[in-house]
Amino acid sequence: MNRSRHSLAIIQLLVITLILAGTAHAARISEITETSIGEQALRFFTFQDRSLRYALLGSLLLGISCGLMGVFLVVKRLSLMSDALSHAVLPGIAFGYLWNMTRDPIAIFIGATVCGLLGSGVVQTIRNTTKQKEDAALGFVLSAFFAVGVCLLTMIQNLPGGNKSGLDQFMFGQIAAIGKTDLYLLGGVTFLVVALVVIFYKELRATSFDSAFSRSVGIPSSFFHYLLMLLLAFAIVSALQAVGVVLVSAMLVIPAAAAFLLTDRFATMLVISAVFGMTTGSIGSFLSFVGRDLPTGPLMVLTAGTFFATALFFGPKHGIVARWWGRRSRALIVRRENALKSLYRVMENDDFQRDFIIVEEIATQRSETIEEVSKSARTLQKAKLIKISHDKKNLTFTATGWRRACEIVRNHRLWELYLTRAADFAVDHVHDGAEEIEHVLGEDIIRKIESELNHAKLDPHGKAIPGWEDISAPYTTPSSPTAS
Amino acid sequence: MNHLIPEFDYQKVIIDPWTTEFEFSIWIIVMGALVGSACGIIGNYLLLRRMALIGDAISHSILPGLVVAFIIFKSMSTLVMFLGALVAGVVTVVLISFIEKRSRVKSDAATCVVFTVLFALGVVITQLLAAGGSIHIDAECILYGEIAFVALEPIVEFAGIALAPAPVLRIAGVTVVSLLLVMAFYKELLITSFDTGLSKSMGLRTSAWHYGLMIALSLVVVSAFEAVGAIMVVAMLIVPPMFAAQLSTQLPTRIMLTLFHAIVASIGGYHLSVWLNCSVAGAMVVFGSLMFIAVWIYSILISKIRKVA
Repeated sequence: MNRSRHSLAIIQLLVITLILAGTAHAARISEITETSIGEQALRFFTFQDRSLRYALLGSLLLGISCGLMGVFLVVKRLSLMSDALSHAVLPGIAFGYLWNMTRDPIAIFIGATVCGLLGSGVVQTIRNTTKQKEDAALGFVLSAFFAVGVCLLTMIQNLPGGNKSGLDQFMFGQIAAIGKTDLYLLGGVTFLVVALVVIFYKELRATSFDSAFSRSVGIPSSFFHYLLMLLLAFAIVSALQAVGVVLVSAMLVIPAAAAFLLTDRFATMLVISAVFGMTTGSIGSFLSFVGRDLPTGPLMVLTAGTFFATALFFGPKHGIVARWWGRRSRALIVRRENALKSLYRVMENDDFQRDFIIVEEIATQRSETIEEVSKSARTLQKAKLIKISHDKKNLTFTATGWRRACEIVRNHRLWELYLTRAADFAVDHVHDGAEEIEHVLGEDIIRKIESELNHAKLDPHGKAIPGWEDISAPYTTPSSPTAS
Repeated sequence: MNHLIPEFDYQKVIIDPWTTEFEFSIWIIVMGALVGSACGIIGNYLLLRRMALIGDAISHSILPGLVVAFIIFKSMSTLVMFLGALVAGVVTVVLISFIEKRSRVKSDAATCVVFTVLFALGVVITQLLAAGGSIHIDAECILYGEIAFVALEPIVEFAGIALAPAPVLRIAGVTVVSLLLVMAFYKELLITSFDTGLSKSMGLRTSAWHYGLMIALSLVVVSAFEAVGAIMVVAMLIVPPMFAAQLSTQLPTRIMLTLFHAIVASIGGYHLSVWLNCSVAGAMVVFGSLMFIAVWIYSILISKIRKVA
């Protein structure tokens, strides 16, 4: 069910982008004459230029293919592989150019893909035949291939004849120079990526998370690994014109990493990552269009980086702020529950003779000043766990407060008893662990422990464990928990 | 294609660089050898710590460091550049470990995110400054570097004796310092690279040594940056130690082999670039990589022969 819903979403996005480009025809952005930034922005949003429609469509397609592929890289921890491969395709670009001495997108596409696959093959071979580690193998492929590419490009520059313009755009990308063939390639690659991800969704998900498991259920995980590498090479190469060799890996990894921070579900992650990819792609090309001299790749990467930073800090579940907030409120709860517990102890000390607690006694018990005790008493009152008398000298439990106090004390004492009986801990060694676990033990586990301990009434220190009757009994005047 | 690879002219490719062109070529070769040595010495430790790609990350994120330092101090002096690089290197490492520790994103993705964003930032600021006319760094220089400019720099004189062009002196200083540091702290660096448990029990602070190494790395990278560019620095950091690791397991031997590799690759690469009329730094890396491939094939053959025998 889920799978078809997400694939539907992806297909819808594709259709929208295709409609958007509707009547695109060939024109180059270099024909644009000098205009102000405001006019440029207006041109962008009114889609006057065909070349602009090309650029926008290109960046949307690129966002989808890179966004989807990036998810696999991030969960398989292959991010740096994409960095290595994107540099390794450089000689392929040069060979593609040499094929017929023009910047023919198809020749360059083939050359670069072959080089990318060769690069990933060399990484594998180095890992299989030497003791060099993976990082060294990746670094070697990255830099050695890149150096060959640089040598070839500088040699091409010294050649007589041929249209050499535009080769340097492969470094940082210039989406404005994107042509019809580039678009067809991008569209084809995006279609292939989307189709294969939808068809092999289950298999790809299984191999991404647990290759041993997927082998055991009969999925050929190495086949899917190579399929992924092939798609990765395609995605990198088709994105080169727009983002450039140096920063393609960013367009692959950053949207996916941001999506990884926002969701726990693989399918959702794919969709979010593709949407982020499209958004960053189009914002990047907008900025590059407005500031005409700026290369597209770095601007897209900066946009993606902003997305990532936002997700990193403000992600609803895994964001740094959310985590900090969660830790803080957990700490507050623990402190509050500890205060309740000491109120209970004070009452227990005089055998539950009184139905109120004297503030001074708590201060002695917790060795705190009266002010400190009153302060924590006020927070407890705010949480409707206790009531403070008018003269501020006595405290009484509310029904909820009493129940929670009993639960905490019961959790603590049951756990201590459990450790001494079931795990042979010494009586004086069990207190610290119980202090922590008392706040997180759930009702189910408590029931289990209780029956395991035959509903014992006394903890290892000889104190009464508040029973189920005490906790569930409506709070009137607390009577002594039935110590037998 | 036949235009692409020029005819091999023995006189021009092999003899001239050491005779008529000597004044010009010697500084390029010396620079290449020194860059390879300085990077290789640090690179040995990066390889041991499986941090080869941190070198890649830092070599990219140096760029915004340099640009921001230039904007703040309005100068491109050695000190300012070193300061910018140092800060950039430390910021990169801190950011990567921040993301890794504070979120569920793993170290590989964190590395990729941090350095690409920083590098993109550097490129954009550079382009904006260039448009404003206040600085001229072109994109190709960032990526390839241009080692041949070394020979065009004026030769620095000290006490009336002509020494060497300034970049050569700088990288020579860095090489000597890193060699001395490696010798002085040999034991500490070795132990912290291999065994965090042991080093903690010996009272060595692993994170302090880690950051120390990163600072050294940033300084080496920045002094190599102008010669070989952001990406081929990675080759200089990784390839010589890989060559050495293929031949020896002893760290001191590896460091000696690294130096040997740097010198041979520099000489060989220079000749290659004269022959093919291409980027000198690129040719040096290509030659160095071929040296690695040669020992790699050699070791495969050796193990095959041993199996048969």
